[in-house]
Amino acid sequence: MSPPLLAVERLTKRFGGLAANEDVSFNVAAGEIIGLIGPNGAGKTTVFNSLAGFFPPTSGQIRLDGQPVAGLPPERMAALGVARTFQIVRIFKSMTVLENVMVGAMLHHPAVRVATERALSALDFTGLTRRAHDPAGRLTVAEQKRLEVTRALACEPRLLLLDETMAGLTQTEVQEAVELVRRIQARGIACVVVEHVMEGIMPIADRMVVLERGHVIADGPPRAIAEDPAVIAAYLGEEYRAPGP
Amino acid sequence: MLLLQTILSGVLIGLVYALVAVGLTLIFGVMDIVNFAHGEFLMLGMYSSFWGFALWKLDPLFTLPFTALLLFGVGAALYRVVIRRITDAPMLSQIFTTFGLMILFRGLAQYFWSPDFRSIDQSVLTGKVAFAGLQFGLPQVVAAGGAVATTGAVWWFLRFTRLGAALEATAADKEAAALMGIDAQKMFALAWGLGAACAGVAGALLSTTFPIFPEVGANFILFAFVLVALGGFGSVAGAFWAGILIGVVEVVGGYLWDPAYKLVLVLSLYLLVVWLRPQGLMGKA
Amino acid sequence: MSRAVLGRTIALAALGLAALFPLVVTSATWQNTAILMLMVAQMGVAWNILGGYAGQVSLGHAAFFGTGAYVSTLLALRFGLTPWAGMFAGAGVAAALSLVIGWPCFRLKGHYFAMATIAVGEIVQAVVNGWDLLGGAVGLSLPLHPTGFWPMVFNRSKLPYHYIALGLLLFTLLVNWLVTRSHVGYYLRAIKDEPDAARSLGVSLTRYKLYAIALSSGLAAMGGTLYAQKELLIDPGSTLSTGLSIKMSLVAIMGGVGTLTGPVIGAVLLTAIEEASRMGFGGTGRGTDMVVYGLLIVLIAVYQPSGVLGWIKQRFPASAPAAPPAPASPVEGAAP
Repeated sequence: MSPPLLAVERLTKRFGGLAANEDVSFNVAAGEIIGLIGPNGAGKTTVFNSLAGFFPPTSGQIRLDGQPVAGLPPERMAALGVARTFQIVRIFKSMTVLENVMVGAMLHHPAVRVATERALSALDFTGLTRRAHDPAGRLTVAEQKRLEVTRALACEPRLLLLDETMAGLTQTEVQEAVELVRRIQARGIACVVVEHVMEGIMPIADRMVVLERGHVIADGPPRAIAEDPAVIAAYLGEEYRAPGP
Repeated sequence: MLLLQTILSGVLIGLVYALVAVGLTLIFGVMDIVNFAHGEFLMLGMYSSFWGFALWKLDPLFTLPFTALLLFGVGAALYRVVIRRITDAPMLSQIFTTFGLMILFRGLAQYFWSPDFRSIDQSVLTGKVAFAGLQFGLPQVVAAGGAVATTGAVWWFLRFTRLGAALEATAADKEAAALMGIDAQKMFALAWGLGAACAGVAGALLSTTFPIFPEVGANFILFAFVLVALGGFGSVAGAFWAGILIGVVEVVGGYLWDPAYKLVLVLSLYLLVVWLRPQGLMGKA
Repeated sequence: MSRAVLGRTIALAALGLAALFPLVVTSATWQNTAILMLMVAQMGVAWNILGGYAGQVSLGHAAFFGTGAYVSTLLALRFGLTPWAGMFAGAGVAAALSLVIGWPCFRLKGHYFAMATIAVGEIVQAVVNGWDLLGGAVGLSLPLHPTGFWPMVFNRSKLPYHYIALGLLLFTLLVNWLVTRSHVGYYLRAIKDEPDAARSLGVSLTRYKLYAIALSSGLAAMGGTLYAQKELLIDPGSTLSTGLSIKMSLVAIMGGVGTLTGPVIGAVLLTAIEEASRMGFGGTGRGTDMVVYGLLIVLIAVYQPSGVLGWIKQRFPASAPAAPPAPASPVEGAAP
């Protein structure tokens, strides 16, 4: 059996004496959508930063296609096919929308003309074509988040890490974002989605991984997670039930 | 014995460097702005002493409190008139604002007081201090003592007064300080006033032993930068210890090696430290 | 007329003016001022690659300018090498030096980087000051003869220097333009805007910053060679001072940081102001020129930090697009 796309093995990250992640393990198969949830301060963003190469883990291993990648810098992770977005958007404000996406496309297509074509088709995919020549700083928050996704997609990743892409969006915008994640999955790209907006993640996730105080407390399909007493106690609250079929 | 004498001379001058750097680090810590015109505060302090002496025969030591107050006023006014407008500006415009002020002050000094070298030759402080077989110039000892006293006063102010605590709070977290009802504008002006006053006092203390001319600040600003970086940006205690270290390195380096390479030695040490510990020797990671 | 066309027309007119100027204006003072403008512009454009596009504010670039001046001069004096080759040798040495300096310094950010580069610049100046092979504080002088193209020495007329300076400026602009039109230019702007985001897209910060500093310092060094040939005398004070480093960045900020032609505009303005205040007030020896210069820097830095080009953009914003907004893309419409 071939190894999973991503295997997180007993990942531990300490800052000083404080453990932000302790023995975190989970797998992501190719093309799968994983929802990574947990209360504030549970260590979701730390996991994310470790996966994207921003924090070298204190111990444990991260494998991509079975190859160890823990401790590689972000630019190497990107080259290996792991792209990410940021919780607080970090678009290139001095550039146009198109140029932002071109920077992503240049990872595999450094020639400007090819990068432009790739970037335009990525913008078309996410529905930002209309805004291509606007300064990126003039986009709405929802559009900026979408731009970050587009930019990450232009890197042609196999695994996309989405950090609270739906936070702060209106109901309609959340629906659009959900639809976008589905279409990304349809392209065969696996997604790890950190999300607070439950109605966003529940219907699309193949599996949910729940973190609490740095530990994984549950890992399974969304329905099972929603009924897991440990999860309910930790995070979801008694009143929350999985949406009906 | 000669080496010990040299080391202690280094400590004496280093203590004055430290006072110049304390002012710079205070401004940086509170506002994240590097003041390139800081050496000019020292220059103004020197001229303030010089004119007190030339016009009224007042010794720089007697006019020192006045010099400190004057420079406090200059620093605070500079904040109100100019610096206030660049608190959130891009780094480049911050650098060039204070750099332009540096040239402006030098030009003004030259305009009003001519580019001539001046000196104060009849200070009450002359002669030597002998101590355990070592000899030091009285002006150097007094300058070092004055610098320690002023640095100590600033440290005490930050540590043990309400106003000082408010200043420290603003340095640590502007938004949190604002929520606690601290007026950031006032704190910034205070930091500039205090910073300028420190450099002015250092200028007054050096005025009896150093030539006084419009560009004298250039001799000190580079060392002050080094001290701020070594001590950790914003750290008064760090600047103090770094001052002693650099004073010793400079004087002993000049003694053991070629005086022409003193600056190279000091700056190389600085680069080495910021490379290994970008937060400075005493700064927090 | 669209803005791009207007911009191109102005650029061509400026080029024509620069080319014809010394033929029309025969006053030696004016000719010299024009050469100075071209040389300062070239330094500013070179600085802009690192300081403007990549956002790494170097205040020690005189070290590279001086390297160019000293390397070509030394090669000419010792081996009789023509400065045309010495220019590239100097660029190579400066680029190599910049990598050695850049590698540790790029660990530092913002103000910290700027201050470290001041230290580097001062170290290089102090070392050369005490280095006998390089003439120490006295410097090196080149012989007045032989004159001509290969030795790059011209006595009778300053005209050749003008055209070499213009050519070098155009070459530097060309390199700059090629950078902005390649992925390197996009990456540098990305690094300046959001370094972490750039990394997440596969951009190695160190690698591209090193590209930028090598290019930037190599070009600055070429300007140094020209300076040495024009003055025939170089010393640490004139080619390695922090004041010179500041001037390179100053013209960029005056014209517009991170723009192709901004440093050129800044150089013309700054040189004109410097020369005017020197001629107007400098003779008094009372520092009036410094007062004017300093005041101007403060005013620009406080009120117009985006420079002349930024001011033009604010003052005359690009007119609204004539074409109606494109219809929403079908993909977006398809989303439920």
